[in-house]
Amino acid sequence: MSGTPTLSVHGLHVSVDGKEILKGVDLEVPQGEVHALMGPNGSGKSTLAYALMGHPKYQVTAGAASFDGADLIALPADARAKLGLFLCFQYPTAIPGVTTVNFIRAALRAQGKEVPAREFLNRLAAEMALLKIDESFRQRYINDGFSGGEKKRSEILQLAMLRPRLAILDETDSGLDVDALRTVAEGVMQLAGPDMGVLVITHYPRILQYLRPDRVHVLHAGRVITSGGAELAQRIERGGYEPILGAAAAAPVA
Amino acid sequence: MAIQARELTKDYQFGFHDEDISVFRTAKGLSPEVVAAISQHKKEPEWMLKFRLKALDHFMKRPMPNWGADLSTIDFDNIYYYVKPVEEQSRSWDDVPLAIKNTFDRLGIPEAERKFLAGVSAQYDSEVVYHNIREDLEQQGVLFSDCDTGLREHEDLFRKYFGTVIPPNDNKFAALNSAVWSGGSFVYVPKGVHLDIPLQAYFRINSDNMGQFERTLIIAEEGSSVHYIEGCTAPTYSNDSLHSAVVELIAHPGAKIRYTTIQNWSDNVYNLVTKRAIAHAGATVEWIDGNLGSKITMKYPSVYLMGEGAHAEVMSAAFAGTGQHQDAGSKAIHVAPNTTSNIVSRSISKGSGRTSYRGHIKVLPKAHGAKVSVRCDALLLDEESRSDTYPYMDIENPDVTVGHEASVSKVGEDQIFYLTSRGLSEQDATALIVNGFFEPFVKELPMEYAVELNRLLALSMEGAIG
Repeated sequence: MSGTPTLSVHGLHVSVDGKEILKGVDLEVPQGEVHALMGPNGSGKSTLAYALMGHPKYQVTAGAASFDGADLIALPADARAKLGLFLCFQYPTAIPGVTTVNFIRAALRAQGKEVPAREFLNRLAAEMALLKIDESFRQRYINDGFSGGEKKRSEILQLAMLRPRLAILDETDSGLDVDALRTVAEGVMQLAGPDMGVLVITHYPRILQYLRPDRVHVLHAGRVITSGGAELAQRIERGGYEPILGAAAAAPVA
Repeated sequence: MAIQARELTKDYQFGFHDEDISVFRTAKGLSPEVVAAISQHKKEPEWMLKFRLKALDHFMKRPMPNWGADLSTIDFDNIYYYVKPVEEQSRSWDDVPLAIKNTFDRLGIPEAERKFLAGVSAQYDSEVVYHNIREDLEQQGVLFSDCDTGLREHEDLFRKYFGTVIPPNDNKFAALNSAVWSGGSFVYVPKGVHLDIPLQAYFRINSDNMGQFERTLIIAEEGSSVHYIEGCTAPTYSNDSLHSAVVELIAHPGAKIRYTTIQNWSDNVYNLVTKRAIAHAGATVEWIDGNLGSKITMKYPSVYLMGEGAHAEVMSAAFAGTGQHQDAGSKAIHVAPNTTSNIVSRSISKGSGRTSYRGHIKVLPKAHGAKVSVRCDALLLDEESRSDTYPYMDIENPDVTVGHEASVSKVGEDQIFYLTSRGLSEQDATALIVNGFFEPFVKELPMEYAVELNRLLALSMEGAIG
């Protein structure tokens, strides 16, 4: 694995509806590594995910974010997707009338990754089997009437089909039972490797048992207050956030 | 080159026109003389001339409807009411004048006919220039011609039904059509005969300042079925054109008629159409009504459920771009017991475009056990676009089930973000959302039309995002 940073975030400030949520986030995810971004509710984790993907409501007021050296801030969401960034949404939006199969095909086409129809359908069938998704899913309208678990599987299915360079998983573990969590996490780990890094955003350490992060970062009140190896997640699992937040408050990172 | 570049960027791709090669036209404007000239030119029986003149009288007396779209700018004196493009109707495309044939080629009609249609009628200005039907259907007694031929060759049958569903005094524009009608389709399906593939009529306006007044009469005998499709386009002119059709359907007991319209007039056409069906016991009438084009459309396909167990299905989709007003909807009149109606309307407004859903449900005292379901959804693409709903319900029997749902929504920022985050441009994302919104309508269309409609919608979306 190379140590070159793919995603590089420096001093990022982000406001939503005029309210500042992120107050100087620093983060680096080198090519092909799995990083976890943890933090209590309201710390700004999902804001970072949306800001990195380019949601127009999330205004970057200061700082920088780049992907493979390209300045992300200046780019609209579709250009970021084409660079290889992918966001697994915590609450993906329904698009009534647009079937899952057509949507994925349109996304591949948009990213210049279109394959012949037969090959596409074969790949789709294989990925759906891995994720234990029923065949009928293909013709269902994307996220329309999906259960929480179905939405998460659908997001991972898109991830598997689109093969980005960096996948940001925004609370992908929320609302999943143990079996579904394992299926989804294993699906992600099949894809993670030198070609695809992962930034897992999570509240609970549970998913990290499967994803085995190279690095763990803790976000609190809009800043990354501490970073470490996988053992940091274990500490949170055992003792919760409070001891870590307390320590950080006593000795804030520079 | 400049013109070409403009054509490429314009939403509407059917705005071209041919040089005028018409062989006869009445003087501009409307008068008893003009009406008599049309009738005389067609060598009609006396009763039809009388019918026309009476209708003209009614048209002149009746005030302009003021309850819907703004019709005040129609200049009735500046319109040609009858333009005859050719001397003879043809049964082979080879006999159609080249310019006209080329136009229908550009519209894809001969190709569609070869691929998947049971019969085709092509009207150009006031007359049907080409007409054909598969021989095996003809041998089973199916009649498919323009209405003039129907009157000439099957006068008794024609007269039995003509004007019985929509009398000339029904409304001002039905009166106008009744006075100056020409062309259209006459379809008769004998008892028990099923047409497994559709008949299609295509209506093309070519002349400037033109009024097209086709008349359609479809009779499905007991236990028969037919699917009729109509399409329409016109050149883009600076002057307004008028299209005012009357369509009458009669579904005898147990028969099924599906009538599909893809209306794509240029945005200088007033499209004021009266469409009504009678469904006898156990019959089904389905209006699949798509309105993409025109300056103003006012059209409310209706079904009178006259016999027990009759069923009405109306599925409509309307798209109004800048400068367009689609005032569309449906009516279902439940006269007999255990009749059912299901009305689904989807409309999209873009720019300053405006859509209105106007519906009327009436359940008469004897229609116990009737079931009514109305659902209309509107999607707004811009801040300035507009949609209104005018649902009227008169329920005169307590023993009925009535459901009505309506919604107006905007294309959501979150929907756009979700799609763009997967690499789709904002424009493609909007087109996908729009296609999805129309999906319940589109899936009712034969595949070839579904593909074409999605393509037209994508064209209409170009430049939709500021």
